[in-house]
Amino acid sequence: MNVTGVVENKSTISEVKHKTKKKLLTKIKKSWQLYVLFILPLMYIIVFHYYPMYGASIAFKNFDPVLGIGGSPWVGFEHFKKFFESYDFVRVLKNTLGLSLYSLIAGFPLPILLALSLNYVYSKRFKQAAQLITYAPHFISVVVMVGIIFMILDPRGPLNNLLSLFGVKEGINFMGEADYFKSIFVMSGIWQNVGFGCIIYLAALTSVSPELHEAAIVDGASKIRRIWHVDIPGIMQTAVLVLILNMGSFLDTGFEKVLLMQNPLNLSASQVIDTYVYNVGLVSALPQYSYAAAIGIFKSLVAFILIIASNKLAKKVGQDGLW
Amino acid sequence: MNTKIGESRGDRIFTVCNYIFLSLLVLSVLYPLIYVLSASLSSTNAVASGRVWLFPVEFSLLGYKTIFEYSKIWTGYGNSLFYMVVGTTVNVVLTILAAYPLSRRDFYGRGIFMFLFVFTMMFNGGLIPNYLLVQDLGLLNSRWALIIPNALSVFNVIITMSFFKSTIPNELLESAQLDGCNDFKFLFKVVLPLSAPIIAVISLFYAVGHWNSYFSALIYLRDASLFPLQLILRDILVQNSVDPSMMGDATQLANKIGLQQLLKYSLIVVSSLPVLIAYPFVQRFFVKGVMIGSLKG
Repeated sequence: MNVTGVVENKSTISEVKHKTKKKLLTKIKKSWQLYVLFILPLMYIIVFHYYPMYGASIAFKNFDPVLGIGGSPWVGFEHFKKFFESYDFVRVLKNTLGLSLYSLIAGFPLPILLALSLNYVYSKRFKQAAQLITYAPHFISVVVMVGIIFMILDPRGPLNNLLSLFGVKEGINFMGEADYFKSIFVMSGIWQNVGFGCIIYLAALTSVSPELHEAAIVDGASKIRRIWHVDIPGIMQTAVLVLILNMGSFLDTGFEKVLLMQNPLNLSASQVIDTYVYNVGLVSALPQYSYAAAIGIFKSLVAFILIIASNKLAKKVGQDGLW
Repeated sequence: MNTKIGESRGDRIFTVCNYIFLSLLVLSVLYPLIYVLSASLSSTNAVASGRVWLFPVEFSLLGYKTIFEYSKIWTGYGNSLFYMVVGTTVNVVLTILAAYPLSRRDFYGRGIFMFLFVFTMMFNGGLIPNYLLVQDLGLLNSRWALIIPNALSVFNVIITMSFFKSTIPNELLESAQLDGCNDFKFLFKVVLPLSAPIIAVISLFYAVGHWNSYFSALIYLRDASLFPLQLILRDILVQNSVDPSMMGDATQLANKIGLQQLLKYSLIVVSSLPVLIAYPFVQRFFVKGVMIGSLKG
C-alpha cells in the first residue's frame, strides 16, 4: 500500500513537471514566428558583442595569433602590472579623467541656459530660427569638425587675425601647444552640441505645469524668480538624469575627435586611454594585442565604477537614479 | 503664460537681455559656418593672406572646380553613399526584427533577451577583441567590414521597441489573431504601416552615423578604392596631405599653398552639403527621436 502510494505520488509529480514543460513548449510553439524573427538580431549580438567579451580574455594571456584566443598561454595580471608601472600610466589616466571632467562640467550648464532662454522667447520665428541654427553643427562629421578647428585656429586664420587687432603680433600655433588642447577640445564640443543638448530640457520645460507659472505671476513673481523657483526645479530631474547618463559614457569622451586632433606637439595633453590602446594595439609596428586589451579592460572597469558612483550620488541628493 | 500688459520693468529688462544673449549665441554658432562658406567662394590669394572675414573676397569658384576634377573625392562620395544606403537598410531591418518580438508581452524569454541586449550598452569587449574578430571573419579590407559589425544599435532597438509598445494596442493583435492572422503577417501588414514615424527616425540616426563615421574605415580598410569620403577628407583636412596631381597647373609655391587652403574650405562645403541641406526638413524627426529616447531614459 505504502509503496504504491509513493509510486503514485512520484508519478503525479513527474506528470506535473511534464505538464509545465508542455505548457512552456506550447507557449514557445504558439509564438514560434517571433523566435524566427529574433534569430538574426540575437546572432548578431552574440557574435559581435558577446564573443569580443570572451576575446577580451587575451588581456590575461600572451596572445599568439597562431594559437588563437583559447590556446594562448595564461599570464594572469602581468599586462595590467606592466601598464600600472609604465611611465605612461599616470599621464594617460590624468589626461583621460581631466578631459572627461572638463567636458562634463563645462558642457553641462550651457544647454540648460539655452533652453531656459528659448522658453522665454515669444516670437515663434525667432525661436525656430535659433533652434535651426544651433542644432545644425551637431550633424557635421568629426573629421569636418576638426578640419574647421584647424582652419579657424591656423596661425594665419581668423582667430589670429582677430588677436592681431588687440596687439598680439605673432600668430599663435594653437594646435601645437599642449596647454591649449583641452580647452580647444571642450569649447569646440560645446559649439557643436549645445543646441542638440538643449532639446531634452526644452521638452522637460513644456511639462512644467502652467498653473505653477500662473500662480507665480499672481503672486507677483518676476521672470527671473519664475525661472529660479518654477522652471529650474521642474527640469532638475532631467538634468540629473542627463548628468548620470553622461557619466556612463564619461571616459569615451570623443575618442575619435581626440585621435584626429592629436599631433606630436600636443601629445602630452592629448594621449587618453582610448588613443593609447589604439596606438599600442593597432598602429605600432609590433602590435601588443594583449597589453592593449588589458588597458581596455581597465578603462571599462573605471567607467563601471563611475556610473555606479554617480547613481548613488544622485540618490543621495534626493533624486531618482537610473535604477 | 505671458501678458504683455502689466509687464514690469524688471521683466522688460530681462526680455531684452534674453534676446541679446540668444542672438549672441546664435551668431557665434553661425559665424564659423559662414566663414567656411565664404572662404570657399574666395580667391586663393584672399584665402592665403587671410583677408576673408565675413563675405567672399574676390569671388571665385576655383576651389570647387579643382574638386570636381579630382576623382578620388568622387570615389569616396560613391563609397559613402553605398555604405550609407546598404548599411542603413541592414540596420533598419535588423532593428525591427529585434524590436518587434521584444515589444510583445507573450514573447517567452523576453526578460532574458532584453538583459542580453542592454548589458552590451554598458560593457563591450573593447577595440582589440573587436578588431581580432573582424580579422578572423575575413572581413578586413572588405566593404562588409563597415556594415556587418555595426549592423545594430541597441539604443535604437529600445527606441523602436517602446514605440511599438505604445502605438500598437494589444486589442489590435488579438482581433487580428481571431481573424487567423499570424505573427509574420501581423508585423508586415499591420505593424509596419503604422510605424512610418519611427522608421524615419531610426533611418535618419543610422544614415547620419554612416555618412559621418571614419574610424571603422580607418582600422579595417587598406584599399584606397574602398575608402568612404570621411577618410579621404581626413587625409586632406587633418593630415594635410594633398595629392600633387590635384593641384593641376598651380606651379608657384605661393599659389600652391593658397590652393591647398582653398580646397579645404570647398571640400568641407561639398561633403557637408547633403546632410546640411536635408537637415531642416528632417529636423523634427531627429527631435522626435531624442524625445522618444529620453522618455525611456
